[in-house]
Amino acid sequence: MKTIILRTASTYLLPLLLLFSVFILLRGHYLPGGGFIGGLIASIAFILHGSANGQENTKTLLRIHPGFLMPVGLTVAFFSGIAGMVLEGKEFMTGIWFKDPLPVIGMIGTPLFFDIGVYLVVVGVTLTIIMTISESS
Amino acid sequence: MIFTILLCVIVALFLIFFGKKLKGSISYLLTLLPLSLFVYFTTFIGKIAQGEVPVQLFEWVPSMGIHLSFRMDGLALLFSLLITGIGTLVYLYTSYYLKGHTYLDRFYGYLSIFMGAMLGLVLSDSIMGLFIFWELTSISSFFLIGFNNHDKASRTSALQALAITGFGGLFLLGAAILFGFIGSTYSIQELIHSGIDFTESPYYVVLLVFIFIAAFTKSAQFPFHFWLPGAMKAPTPVSTYLHSATMVKAGIYLLLRFTPLLGNHEFWNTTLFTVGAITMLYAAFHTLFRTDLKGILAYSTISVLGILVFLIGIGTSTALHAALVFIVVHALYKAALFLITGILDHETGTRNVTKLSGLKSVMMPVAIAGLLAMLSNAGMLPSFGFVGKDLIYEATLQSSEAVLFTVFAVVTNILLLYAGYQVGIKPFIGTLPENFTSVHLPDKRLWMPPLLLGVLGMLFGLFPSILDNALFQPSLNELAPDSFVSPLKLWHGFTFVLLLSIVTIALGLLLVFVLQPSAVKELKLKKVDFLAPKTLIRGFANGFQKTASLWTNFFQNGYLRNYILTIILFLSFLIGYYLIHNVTFSLDFNSLLDLTIYEVSTLLIMVVAVFYAIFTKSRLAAVAAMGVVGYAICMIFVFYSAPDLAMTQFTIDTLTVILFVLVLYRLPKYLTLSDFKTRVRDGFIAVLFGSLITILSIEVLQVSHAGETKQFYAENSYVLAKGKNIVNVILVDFRGLDTMVEITVLVIAALGVFGLLKLRIRNK
Repeated sequence: MKTIILRTASTYLLPLLLLFSVFILLRGHYLPGGGFIGGLIASIAFILHGSANGQENTKTLLRIHPGFLMPVGLTVAFFSGIAGMVLEGKEFMTGIWFKDPLPVIGMIGTPLFFDIGVYLVVVGVTLTIIMTISESS
Repeated sequence: MIFTILLCVIVALFLIFFGKKLKGSISYLLTLLPLSLFVYFTTFIGKIAQGEVPVQLFEWVPSMGIHLSFRMDGLALLFSLLITGIGTLVYLYTSYYLKGHTYLDRFYGYLSIFMGAMLGLVLSDSIMGLFIFWELTSISSFFLIGFNNHDKASRTSALQALAITGFGGLFLLGAAILFGFIGSTYSIQELIHSGIDFTESPYYVVLLVFIFIAAFTKSAQFPFHFWLPGAMKAPTPVSTYLHSATMVKAGIYLLLRFTPLLGNHEFWNTTLFTVGAITMLYAAFHTLFRTDLKGILAYSTISVLGILVFLIGIGTSTALHAALVFIVVHALYKAALFLITGILDHETGTRNVTKLSGLKSVMMPVAIAGLLAMLSNAGMLPSFGFVGKDLIYEATLQSSEAVLFTVFAVVTNILLLYAGYQVGIKPFIGTLPENFTSVHLPDKRLWMPPLLLGVLGMLFGLFPSILDNALFQPSLNELAPDSFVSPLKLWHGFTFVLLLSIVTIALGLLLVFVLQPSAVKELKLKKVDFLAPKTLIRGFANGFQKTASLWTNFFQNGYLRNYILTIILFLSFLIGYYLIHNVTFSLDFNSLLDLTIYEVSTLLIMVVAVFYAIFTKSRLAAVAAMGVVGYAICMIFVFYSAPDLAMTQFTIDTLTVILFVLVLYRLPKYLTLSDFKTRVRDGFIAVLFGSLITILSIEVLQVSHAGETKQFYAENSYVLAKGKNIVNVILVDFRGLDTMVEITVLVIAALGVFGLLKLRIRNK
């Protein structure tokens, strides 16, 4: 599917879709969205780029193997879980929040970081599976 | 008390993980571990004799009433001293016996963990603690028995021992739970003092069966006895330790410990003395046919364990007293005989009794140790064995079936004397064969322990009151409070018991002169092997394995389509069964009028796409059609205002199609691989399953259990979690732990795919 149109479009679509996925991720707590969907959108962005420009180019663009996102995501999610334990002595996975919202992003709290962890894991998992399968076949 | 166990475990872990660096250099120093524990335990003797009972309690799972509680009473002390005392000698002995062995340090590690487990077992007051240490002894003995792991027979024996004793351990757990259920505590002492009469409980028989199976498997009672001779594949120090003083006595300990709770009932007594009698006679008879020294000792050990169970079954205070004394008697002489066997094996390279003779001239101290052990084993004056045998006869004479039981005991003792003679005396007398002339006396670390044990056997015989006051009477006080037994004495005068003793010894010696061990007899016995419990149980185990593999091959046949078929059929059966019995159907056509044009057209698109997917000749087209169905579902989510679901469905569907295309793109051209019949069958099953799931989904909407939960989330999602999107709040906050586990599962799946496709094992 190496058409000129798709290739050109995907160059612009990738950053746009990624931005969109982050947007979906951040709004998740108040409006439809969240880490899972955001992660899926981000993976689709990369896969689209990959099918237009070739897997290898996407890989160079990513710099790291997407698999590395999985442990990173898990760690972020896990630490957001124990943050409440360490900082306020509450039970595992208790959410704690900053008092005032940040401009653009909104309320910042451990659930947000948990969602970011989910996002990273989903991107890592999806890209690892799809890239592995497409490379091996 | 807990520190004694911890010390063993810490030393063990250190040795197992870092021991290799030591290269066996400090092995003899390790003897200090059991020795210091032994000395520590002796400090309790005074306290216990005065009636003190030190306890120690650590809360473990308080919500379930499970504690690590330790209690030092007479019985625990008796066993602790045996474990650490014999342990000291075994540790010392091993340092020379296995000198230079590559895994000597690891061996000490296993031995230490085993010793710790044994100590925990006898010190625990909580049945749960008892169970855990019980299992730990099974597991650590597995490593000890299978220590020569390059030998297949050794591995098989280890597995066999683990299977049998582990099987019994499960029943102990069952008993523990049942006790906790009835008495609402796991503490043995609290159960005893709870005032509950367990013999009146409706669960009494179940409790008995559970405790019996646990004890009989561990203490090698008929028909579970065969793991013990198998375990002789272990290095001799292990056999010594496991079979004289520790492992196999654990079952006896269990029976003694539960005597106050379950004893004094017809079932308890009858079962125990029947099983005990069968075991002691069966095993004692078997010793006549063995030529391997360790084989003889193994069967005589089983026989002794039978006597102990038999005595506990008689259950009078004299019988219990006799059992306690006999435990020590047996530990002393059997450990000595095992150690001597080890020396003979180590120096001459054979354990065949028909080949060994005349070694007295080259290893005198060992011969003396053998003689002393044999005297105690045969119950000759003035050994401790004499005291023990006297008490046994006294107990049988006082029992309900005096004549029968006494005859059993006498016959068993005659046969045991034969066994003791073969190991303790026979190898040392006669002429020295020429090929043994170069044999010499080994290091004193080998011959000192058995000699010491032999001397102790004499010493306690001459002064039996030392042990009686310090250990037996306090122990008996635990088992049968307020009972009085006459203190131990060596000489009772010319009584009927003495006559029985003399008869035993005379007939035993006669047997020794009449019957010679020979390989021919051993072969003769092999002919009836097909009747032996070992063969029967092994047959059962094999049958079990065969059934399992048939079963597995039927369901796990490797065809993905069959797996899916099985799962779907099973689910259909379950759902169908439920629906037929619990659901009534009614169709309301009026509600169809509410359908909008969007819904109807989406539905149409779905139906068309489904049929297209079924009948198309192109795989890619089928995948695309499935994608259409997915997007249509997505639309339905949008109509019913579930934007989160719609978005997820949309992205997932996109990715699924991509994945399908990636995989299917490489497959060969579309072929018709199934015949018409199969397709009709599959179609039928698919329609059935689909309809059932549809009905189920509608049914779920009818019974709205979810109302409360839904309301809770709706009310609290902003208050508690500061989020307005309930779906997201549930995912990242309320049920965050679930999500955490789910993403972990996702990662595992991805790693699985990666591993399967990328990390192919290279063919060499």
